[in-house]
Amino acid sequence: MDSTKNLKPVLALKNLHKSFGDNHVLKDFNLKLFEGENLVVMGKSGSGKSVMIKCLVGLIQPDSGSITIKNQDIITMGHKELDLLRTEIGFLFQGSALYDSMTVRENLEFPFRRQKHKIADFESTETLVKEALENVGLSQTIDLMPAELSGGMQRRVALARALILKPKIIIYDEPTTGLDPITAKEIIELMRNIQKKYHTSSLIITHDVDCARVISNRMILLVDGTNYTEGSFEELSNSNDPKVQAFFKN
Amino acid sequence: MAKSTTILSRSQSFFVEIGDMTLFAGHFFKEVFSLPFEFKELLRQCYNIGNRSLLLVGVTGFILGLVFTLQSRPTLMEFGAESWMPSMVGISIVREIGPVIIALICAGRIGSGIGAELGSMRVTEQIDAMEVSGNNPFKYLVVTRIMATTLMLPLLIIMGDVIALFGSAIIENLKSNVSYVLYFNQVFDALNFSDIIPATVKSVFFGFAIGLVGCYKGYNCSKGTVGVGEASNSAVVYTSMLLFIIDFIAVFASDIFFEV
Repeated sequence: MDSTKNLKPVLALKNLHKSFGDNHVLKDFNLKLFEGENLVVMGKSGSGKSVMIKCLVGLIQPDSGSITIKNQDIITMGHKELDLLRTEIGFLFQGSALYDSMTVRENLEFPFRRQKHKIADFESTETLVKEALENVGLSQTIDLMPAELSGGMQRRVALARALILKPKIIIYDEPTTGLDPITAKEIIELMRNIQKKYHTSSLIITHDVDCARVISNRMILLVDGTNYTEGSFEELSNSNDPKVQAFFKN
Repeated sequence: MAKSTTILSRSQSFFVEIGDMTLFAGHFFKEVFSLPFEFKELLRQCYNIGNRSLLLVGVTGFILGLVFTLQSRPTLMEFGAESWMPSMVGISIVREIGPVIIALICAGRIGSGIGAELGSMRVTEQIDAMEVSGNNPFKYLVVTRIMATTLMLPLLIIMGDVIALFGSAIIENLKSNVSYVLYFNQVFDALNFSDIIPATVKSVFFGFAIGLVGCYKGYNCSKGTVGVGEASNSAVVYTSMLLFIIDFIAVFASDIFFEV
């Protein structure tokens, strides 16, 4: 925990609460993501991980608590300001969420529709699309439709789309779920390379222990909507707490 | 007791849905006049909705005119009133049968298509992906589709009416040896602006209803692939019901404004 003392938080959740009817999904959940770190949030299915990240990007309104991204409170923010802030955040969806009526090129061009100011004078959309695809090693797929790509390729194109506006924060929702072990390793490697190249801060939601081991600087365990514990991968994997151990047992 | 509770909760959810749909329509009117306009997507949707419905509307219109004339002939012949056939068919098709039948056909083809497309985009998180990339999915997906159905349906209905009249003219020509020129002269003699204008205005509302319900059902779809099926199905059911309600109101309104 000492390693984070001098770092600046780029994203903070404080006492976040969200319920659907009688189902209290998040109960006073707290989280801080520091500049340049890879924070992994692990939890069982239904523990509120996806709800938490949807609150983070304004897709779900929390019942109470605060969400601060780059010192701006997103709950009280207007639509236009929120849309602008969202361009600073890349989001990789669990199911890739590629627009299936558009080609790979159109998928990657889509985020620029309202963000022309993100294109520098010496750049064009075309060069940025090509660069993003080169980053994920899929330049040859530029004119293909998402349905023509394998699951792993779709995930990589989705990653390229999440990166195209060169965000400072990237949120990964179960980046390796549904992929075979080799493709999952490729995706994890890609995530590491991207972090090195663009110096991004990453929030990774996963229950893949291998992914957490390779990529995390710090981990939070989310149990029943609250922060159960946090620490480095080594600290948590060596914990004697049976609830923590349950996550690391194969 | 349990039965009455079920009826009560069902009617409650029905009225909640009507309220939600009204808010959805309000959101549409708020977004439709705000910049920037999505012209390219609007044109693409007009092509998808208009051009790709031409064959279906054309065939339906042709058969409608053909069958309507064939079925009406014996009754008119009984009264020696075959010569009224073009006027009767013209007025019936332009005022009522053409718009309603073609709108119902389009509700099946377009409404269910929009419901299923937006529904699958919702459940596969494509709409969420648009939103988190700083775009406005409501404007891009919903406004363009509702605008496209509102603009295209009157054109499809006019085209369907003309083809239906051709179908009718063919039967008249074959059965009674009435020339096409005479047939269409009689049709246009019988038709007034008071027949054409209300029918056209009504078809604009039909188009709006098809787009609105399809988009509402798809955009608010949940429960995975089952939800997509439900969205598509209920879009057709709700739209068909709404079309008859609009028709009922339109007939009353035109009766007041165009009373002879």
